[in-house]
This record gives sequence, C-alpha cells and structure tokens, in this order.
Amino acid sequence: MAEIVIKNLRKDFGDFTAVKESSFTIADGEFFMLLGPSGCGKTTTLRMIAGLELPTSGEIYLDGEEISQRPPSKRDIAFVFQMFALYPHMNVRRNISYPLVSQGMKRRDVRTKVAEVAKILGIEDMLDKPVGGLSGGDRQRVALGRAIVRDPKAFMMDEPLGALDAEFREHMSEELRALHDRMNATTVYVTHDQLEAMQMGDKIVVMNNAVVEQFGTPQDIYDKPASRFVADFIGSPSMNFLEFEGAIVNGQSQVELGHHQVQVPTQLEQASGAMTLGVRPEHIRLSDQGDFRAQVLAVEYLGTTQIVLLQSNFGELKARVDAAMPVSVGSSVALEFDGSTITLFDDSGRSLRSTLNEGVIAHG
Amino acid sequence: MSYSITEPSNGQKWIAGTLVILYAVITMIPLLWIMMTSFKTPPDSISYPPKVFYEPSLEGYVNLFTTRTRVSPEKLASLPPPANFAEEIVRNRDMVIAGPSKFGGRFLNSVIIGFGSTFLSIFLGTLAAYAFSRFKIPLADDLLFFILSTRMMPPIAVAIPIFLMYRKLGLSDTHLGMILLYTAVNISLAVWLLKGFIDEIPREYEEAALIDGYTRFQAFYKVVLPQAATGIASTAIFCLIFAWNEYAFAVLLTSGTAQTAPPFIPTIIGVGGLDWPAIAAGATLFLLPVMIFTVMLRKHLLRGITFGAVRK
Repeated sequence: MAEIVIKNLRKDFGDFTAVKESSFTIADGEFFMLLGPSGCGKTTTLRMIAGLELPTSGEIYLDGEEISQRPPSKRDIAFVFQMFALYPHMNVRRNISYPLVSQGMKRRDVRTKVAEVAKILGIEDMLDKPVGGLSGGDRQRVALGRAIVRDPKAFMMDEPLGALDAEFREHMSEELRALHDRMNATTVYVTHDQLEAMQMGDKIVVMNNAVVEQFGTPQDIYDKPASRFVADFIGSPSMNFLEFEGAIVNGQSQVELGHHQVQVPTQLEQASGAMTLGVRPEHIRLSDQGDFRAQVLAVEYLGTTQIVLLQSNFGELKARVDAAMPVSVGSSVALEFDGSTITLFDDSGRSLRSTLNEGVIAHG
Repeated sequence: MSYSITEPSNGQKWIAGTLVILYAVITMIPLLWIMMTSFKTPPDSISYPPKVFYEPSLEGYVNLFTTRTRVSPEKLASLPPPANFAEEIVRNRDMVIAGPSKFGGRFLNSVIIGFGSTFLSIFLGTLAAYAFSRFKIPLADDLLFFILSTRMMPPIAVAIPIFLMYRKLGLSDTHLGMILLYTAVNISLAVWLLKGFIDEIPREYEEAALIDGYTRFQAFYKVVLPQAATGIASTAIFCLIFAWNEYAFAVLLTSGTAQTAPPFIPTIIGVGGLDWPAIAAGATLFLLPVMIFTVMLRKHLLRGITFGAVRK
C-alpha cells in the first residue's frame, strides 16, 4: 500500500491543456475522490497516475519513487474501467487470473488466489461462465476481482458505477466502500457525481477547467468552499449566491446587503467591488417578522424537509426548512441567515479568508 | 397502404422464400452443369440434346490427372489386365496411361500462391490497420488514401511495367513473385477492412492488458487479435478469392514452375476435340478449396459483413 504524491502535474494534448499544474497528496490507505464536471481533467489525471497517459510535465511519486514516465506494467497499480473492459473472449476465471498469469505465477497458486478473491466478492458460482452474459453488477465485481487479485499498491477507478442503473449504484457503492475498508488500499476514484464523492470519499479533489479548485475532506469542501465553483458544484440544491457591491476590511463581521445588515464570520482580508455572499439552503430560516423579505414562488416537499423557492431583491433563493413548517405559495416571508456559515466570494469567484475557513483555504 | 415493422405474414414469407430459392437455383445452374459435365463421358458431354440423366463416369478426372497414348488393338490385347479403374477407363478408349499430367503441380502452385499471399496480406494488413487505428501517425489520412488509390485502377493496367520489372528482378514465373504481386493488390483491401474492425474494438481492452502487466505487443496479440478474429476471417476470404481466381497476371507472368490452375485449365485439350469432362473436372476441383475455406469461416463471414452495423 502506498502514498501517492502529485507535483505540478500537467498534460497538454496539442493546443489543449487537459490538466494544469496540479498538486495534491493521497495518503496511504485513503479513499480519494477526483470530482468535477466532464472534461475537467479528472480522468486524464487518473490515467496519468496509472500510466495510460504520460504527463507533459510534473512528477508522480508512488511510495517515494518517481514513476511518471514508467509504463503501466511497471507501476503496480490496478485500474477499474467505467465500461469494465473485461476480456470478452475469456471466462470469468481467466479474466480475474489474467494479471497473475502475466507475473508468471504458478497455476496452483493462481487458482487459490482467484478462489479467494471470488469469495470476497461473492462470485464463486460464476467463475466458469463467459463474461458476456453477466449483469452489470456482476461485471463490475469481476472487474474489481481482476483489480484486487494481485494486491497492487493502489487502485484507480474511473467512474466504476457510471454504467450501472441508479438503484444498483447505491448498493454497489456501499460494497465498494466496505471492500476498501477491509483491504485498506489506497484508492483513487473519479466521479462527476458529487453525492457519490461525499458519500464514499475520505478526501476529495474538486477539479474544473483543468485546474484543482479545492482539495480536502468532504466536510471542509461542503462547509468551507474555496471558490464559487466548488460551492455551486457541491450540494443539492446548491448554495445560494447573493450579489452585492461593497468593500470588506480586515476584522469585519457584518456586510451590508442592500439596506440589511447580515452577520458573517469575521473576515481576515480586504476586498472591494462586486462581491457574492454564499449561503447554503439549510442555513436560511424563514420567519414572520423581519425586514429582509421574499415572496414564496414554489414549495418542493421532500418528506423530512421541504425546499422553498423564494423571490428576493437578490434573485431567486432556495431554502431548506422543516417539512412540518407551514409555507404557502404566494405569501411573503422574512429571511434570516445563519451568520457563522456564510462564505464571501470576490469578483473572481475566489472565497475570502475568514474565521470560518481559516486554515482550510490557502490561496497562492 | 400501411407500413409496419411487425413480423411478415405467412404469404409474404412464402413469396420471399420462393424468390430467394429461385435466385439461388439460377446462380447455381452453371456450377451444377460444370459438376455434372465432370462426371460425363466425352460423348455424353457433347451430345445434343444435352443429357441431364446419364451414367456417371470418372473419365474426366482420369484424363485430368494423366497423359495418355493411343496403342494398336494387338498391343492392347497383349497387355496384362488393367491394374486399376483408371487404366480400365483409358483402355476402353484404346489408350494406355503414359504418365501423370501437370494438373497436380499447377493446383499445388495455386494453393501455395493463393494461401501464401492471403497470409501475407492479412499479416501485414493487421499490423498496419492496428497502427492506423491506435497510434497518431503523421498524415494518416493521406497515407490511407494513398493505400486505397492502388485500387483505383484495374491492376492489369500496370501489367506491362510489372512484366518488365519482374523480368529484370528475376521474379517472373516464381512463387515469390506471384505471392508478392497478389499481396500488393490485396493489402489495400486488407488494411481498410481491418482498420474498420479494429476501430470497433474499445481501447480499454488493451489498456486493461497494459495495466495487468502486459507489453503493448502482448496486449495486441493476446487481446486485440482474438477480438478481431471475425474481421480477419472475412478479410482473409476476400483476399483468398481474389488471389485464387486471378487469371490475367497468371497468364502473363507464369508459364512453367509457378503456373497456377486458372491459366492451366483451359489448356487441357484432348485428342480429337476439346475434352470437356476433363476441363469440367479441373474446374470442379479448383472450386473446392475456396468453398471449404469459406464454409469453415462462414459463421465469421456472416457476422463480419454486419459487424459494426449493430451495437452488440
């Protein structure tokens, strides 16, 4: 098992830059998520770690060894493909044993090892079946089997649940996480699904437009977003953004939003001009009295909570409130924000340092 | 008038079936006639009206494989009884077997040149197609066009330069020369067909093999080749059919050692008239290898033709 360190990694395809000077560290045994919208460079980063693409510049260290220019067979990293990529002309057993055969392992040992892995994954009864007739979930298990059978230093997974239907995905993600906890193997997992990333990951890297936007634990990324992009991408419904003009000075703990004073965490840097105030839907409270008012446009009932769509002077907002609270469409309500959770963003979308996110966000 | 994509009615099936069978019978008649002729005696083969029912004879096949000399009735009577059926057939015509004919050798030449050039076309074609499909090659499109352009004229159009070139290089009337020539003609077809098949194979299979600890070349022959088997089989059939049936270059460039069966068969002329049963026997035997090869690979061929048309 291994620690992976990525330093200033960059990949150009002709004029197009897929990954721009990315750096992060994946600790030994971590379940690490590469999250971002499609085309953000997350899969390219994963393929560079595995050796399926060679970086244009930068370094990749696996257990302290620089491996960025080595062929994949010399890296001891397993890869689970989105479309599984099981060898169609072989049965399940041969698929799983294929990596062992390449190492020249004795046939008896291969059999034992394959049986062991099949038991872990619960696919013992299908070892002699062709892979063609298997269901999506079983194919995924075989693909996992092929990856874990040789005890690699690390696992790369490229949206392994993307090809499964929604119902089964939930189940498989639990299974994956359980498998990881059992083996404690360093795992790098690519996904565009923020829920999946939050649910399964120990740490998350959020990428956008070839750049690493933020790197941290799911809690930090959710509560203390480093940029407006991250705040918007994570969470459903996503964070509310209220735009205003103003100036922030060091130590300030209130901002003027129109004619209203809003409590914010104590700010630790200066900024001025066009700004954005970000507040999560669950941090908006509705009440009867107050001067920051909004109109209720629609209500979405979700069982334990409800999402209230509001029209304010700062555009549409969404609030998540208790399902028991009576809210009628068309009525006017007052809004209160939970001041300790608010993040301010400057003109470029970067979040301002405050007592909330101090220590989490390190801007260049 | 209504259109539907439902199951055709029994009437429609019946009409379609009849049409297909009718077409098959029409295309089969010449072949059937050749096969029938090969089992006739020479008088039966030229009788008028043509005989559909007759007593089968192996005379055509005997004549195909032997050379014979006419002998006097006295001499014939003095010979020991015929040792086998072939001698018996020949003696009924007042002749004795003088020796084997050249047909066996010519047939063997066809086999060597036909299968040799097919193997070489497929071997080179697969490697080239894989490279075109997987690697970034500068000017790949232009190169592919250039490869195809060799088929934009009938190959025989360059017969004279090739004839002169082969004479200079000492390739005239050699097996190697004919194999190279047929390979050159077939390779463009092979590269284009196989590139299509290999393009259809997802790269992930090779990437999985690379990850599993194999080299690029191992990934190619352990993972890509089995996947491309269908395409390789159908391409091989096309290549073999061309090389096997080629007549014009064979007439022009071969006369002795490397002469193939197609230019040889028409030269089988009997004593006192064309020996139609022998010619028909030669044609029948000549059909067999391609037929067997095609039937053996038939499953692949059918899948191959529709490959890529439907997503599996």
